[in-house]
Amino acid sequence: MNRGAMRTPLGRALGLGSARDGVEDWWRERVSAVALVPLTGWFAVSILAHAGDRYPAVISWLRSPVTTTLLVLLLIALFYHTALGLQVVIEDYVHSRAKFPALIGVRLGCIALAVAGIVATLVIAFGA
Amino acid sequence: MVQTLSGRPRPLSPNIQIYRPQLTSVLSIANRITGVALSVYAVALVIWLLAVAAGPDSYAVAHTFIRSWLGQILLFGGTFCFFMHFCGGIRHLAWDAGYGFSLRAIYASGWAVVAVSIALTLLTWAIEFAVAGYGR
Repeated sequence: MNRGAMRTPLGRALGLGSARDGVEDWWRERVSAVALVPLTGWFAVSILAHAGDRYPAVISWLRSPVTTTLLVLLLIALFYHTALGLQVVIEDYVHSRAKFPALIGVRLGCIALAVAGIVATLVIAFGA
Repeated sequence: MVQTLSGRPRPLSPNIQIYRPQLTSVLSIANRITGVALSVYAVALVIWLLAVAAGPDSYAVAHTFIRSWLGQILLFGGTFCFFMHFCGGIRHLAWDAGYGFSLRAIYASGWAVVAVSIALTLLTWAIEFAVAGYGR
């Protein structure tokens, strides 16, 4: 998404809207939302189908290549969307000195959780 | 009104302390609240995956917690938050694409979000209790 492609020439001429990366963040939040519609829909139906499953049944479900692929995609889109969403909430409501530590913490936390979730998924898929 | 460099007045946000709640504003903040709540459930999802990856013993601990009263209540709340944010998100995507901005359409889609979220939450748990069976 190149800078300003989503903005009108009039808005730019009048100096309205985001001064920096707001348009890009706005766009990325929506792209991740579009990805999450089928991914979370699939996950909700699947997890309901496996509700109450014992360990072997859960493992055999999670180990199928389709499940592993969709789960990794879900984790990426989910934590990308979460990072952007929480960033907006912090920017809107936190005006104290805690703002920047909170923004950095949310970003790093989302990256760490996404990596942990993906590694766990791959360990389940390829582990002994 | 706030004056900008261009001299054109810009609208101010409503002062929420004296602003009567209405469907539009309630759903707006509900989308944020459910989004923040779902980030906690996203952490729980990763913990669950780590528990499965760690083996049968840790999975059993997670399974027991999910099957407990507290776990079931939290999961029910999470189900509602998920469907609310899911439906509300689709409504937002429609707006972003330029559809549904008439007052009539905004209220119709708003009530649809409420009704569909409640219906899908109840349907999910009806399937969970009736088909999957409780207490396995």
